[in-house]
Amino acid sequence: MSAAHDDHHHGPAKGISRWLFTTNHKDIGSLYLWFSFAMFLLGGTFAMVIRAELFQPGLQLVDPNFFNQMTTMHGLIMVFGAVMPAFVGLANWMIPMMIGAPDMALPRMNNWSFWILPFAFAMLSSTLLMESGAPNFGWTFYAPLSTTYAPSSVTFFIFAVHIMGASSIMGAINIIATVLNMRAPGMTLMKMPLFVWTWLITAYLLIAVMPVLAGVVTMMLFDIHFGTSFFNAAGGGDPVLFQHVFWFFGHPEVYIMILPAFGVVSAIIPTFARKRLFGYDSMVYATASIAFLSFIVWAHHMFTVGMPIAGELFFMYATMLIAVPTGVKVFNWVATMFRGSMTFETPMLFAIAFVVLFTMGGFTGLMLAITPADFQYHDTYFVVAHFHYVLVPGAVFSIMAAAYYWLPKWTGYMYDERLGKLHFWLSFIGVNVLFFPQHFLGLAGMPRRIPDYALQFADFNWISSIGGFLFGASQLILLFVVIKCIKGGKKATDQVWEGAQGLEWTVASPAPYHTFATPPDPKLIHDQ
Amino acid sequence: MKQAKQNNTKRLVTRLLFTVVGMFGFGFAMVPLYDVICDITGLNGKTGDQVVSVQPKENAQQSDRQITVQFLAQNAAGMDWEFSANDAQVKVQPGEVKVVSYHAANPNSYAMVGQAIPSVAPNEAAQYLKKLECFCFQEQPLEAGETVDMGIRFFIDESIPEHITKLTLSYSLFDITKSSSSATAVTQR
Repeated sequence: MSAAHDDHHHGPAKGISRWLFTTNHKDIGSLYLWFSFAMFLLGGTFAMVIRAELFQPGLQLVDPNFFNQMTTMHGLIMVFGAVMPAFVGLANWMIPMMIGAPDMALPRMNNWSFWILPFAFAMLSSTLLMESGAPNFGWTFYAPLSTTYAPSSVTFFIFAVHIMGASSIMGAINIIATVLNMRAPGMTLMKMPLFVWTWLITAYLLIAVMPVLAGVVTMMLFDIHFGTSFFNAAGGGDPVLFQHVFWFFGHPEVYIMILPAFGVVSAIIPTFARKRLFGYDSMVYATASIAFLSFIVWAHHMFTVGMPIAGELFFMYATMLIAVPTGVKVFNWVATMFRGSMTFETPMLFAIAFVVLFTMGGFTGLMLAITPADFQYHDTYFVVAHFHYVLVPGAVFSIMAAAYYWLPKWTGYMYDERLGKLHFWLSFIGVNVLFFPQHFLGLAGMPRRIPDYALQFADFNWISSIGGFLFGASQLILLFVVIKCIKGGKKATDQVWEGAQGLEWTVASPAPYHTFATPPDPKLIHDQ
Repeated sequence: MKQAKQNNTKRLVTRLLFTVVGMFGFGFAMVPLYDVICDITGLNGKTGDQVVSVQPKENAQQSDRQITVQFLAQNAAGMDWEFSANDAQVKVQPGEVKVVSYHAANPNSYAMVGQAIPSVAPNEAAQYLKKLECFCFQEQPLEAGETVDMGIRFFIDESIPEHITKLTLSYSLFDITKSSSSATAVTQR
């Protein structure tokens, strides 16, 4: 690179080609975030169909097979289309700016890893229009339901999962390469913001388990089309094997969706408590411990398949062990807030709600970890309540917190605080009205994935559906706030938030198209 | 500096790609690993596909222990053969070789091939049930309307824990006409 070329800084290209051919981490971050928001609304629409059908006992709106397609597509779209790409989008936007790098390490691959995603989801969504209907076997696609008894659209589902997996793996490689090789001088590993740390660890999880997911869907493909019997008992295979392979991927996968959330919250709470993050080192080690433990707890999803008592005990204790590093994190966030000068802007509200509600989801997780109790809770709405508490007011709230927190840095304008708070309160009330009654439904014995239910479940389902519609509708406020903020508003300062620390707040607002083309002054890099 | 950074990135990306390929392979390696673990621990009620080569001891110690072995038969989804155990249950002493049989009939007007898959409950007992011969070791081709009695020769290993007094051997019969290698043989016979 000659100096003359360096002087020739250029802005983005014009028109659609800017987005199609971009290798700029900020553009790709925006693409990921918009894509995930679109998927969030699509998956949310499916959830509204589910809640509308469950509004009353009896079958009123959709037939049971279509209901099953809705639960399946809702799960797949939310996990692979909304939550995961949203975090990759945040990583793309923020990680280079947080570590003082000019861009991601592999910008061309970055473009590719985004642009294969719309094809994957177009393929997956197109199954809804097919004669056989969309996949109807649940997002966990247990064999033989997803092989012997699957609709013929399952092949499209398999290839869509392959493409999503390839996208995630490329994204993960890119993030690891960026974090390990592109840090500015002076940015040692233990000076990195926690969001970067959690993403680094998440990226390793992705590298480790997405290929296993690709493997398990490949086995399904072979069983369906090439006469193998991986999961077919008649040919000497075993359906339980499917669950082992799937959950070996599946459990780390749920941490892939929550570890970056920990990073986001660890960035926001110190800013609005105007204190340093309490226990930075322990946060890093806790994250690494959680990631390690995620590989040895998978069978707690399948306590009822008939494991020996020794196996059940091992997976029970290992699962409970996860509460220790998670507890370290929760206590650290609380300690960060303790005696801080707190203010309650929208990102902080979402972050505090995250800490409270995620912890509740964690506690129900502990209940489910108790093997004998799990025999009662297994496949009931209690499980649904548990994982929605950790994923919606957990992962999704943290994404919203992140969006509000960094929106002024992205757009250069402050978002409308009143509308932001309205969005928060409606979401907060909505999400609790939606999911809290599901605990009671589950404990009373209502099974998951059913379009109709016994009459005694009617009241709580009615309440839950009302909460669902409220939560669903309030997300349109977020869309409105974001668009309004892009169009204009109060000019944001470079630091945006009074207590904000970190390299991303040292660049102009909105962040210029190219940042840190020359490394930042090492004096700007603080101890954590 | 810049060159060194790019070399680092290349090396790192290569290593990560190898990890990806390795983990893809590991996913498939879980298949044999799973079978091995099931065989060793007797989990999942698997009783193994192979004829057991260990023979029972000739002078098995005479004990008064009697173990009840129950026999179940069921058709897997889509299978319409008549399939039942000729003896609902037998009492055996550990080490004693027993012969029992199952009955199968193909009521259809066309030839079919069945495959029986065994399962033992409780799981813990699976590894002590040793089969010397079993119809489940082979595919079962049946002509239209054909009836067959299929034998099992088995014994219970003497090392079976004291607390197991009853175990159940259950067979699920699957229709494998489409994928079977003996399907052509059936139609030619």
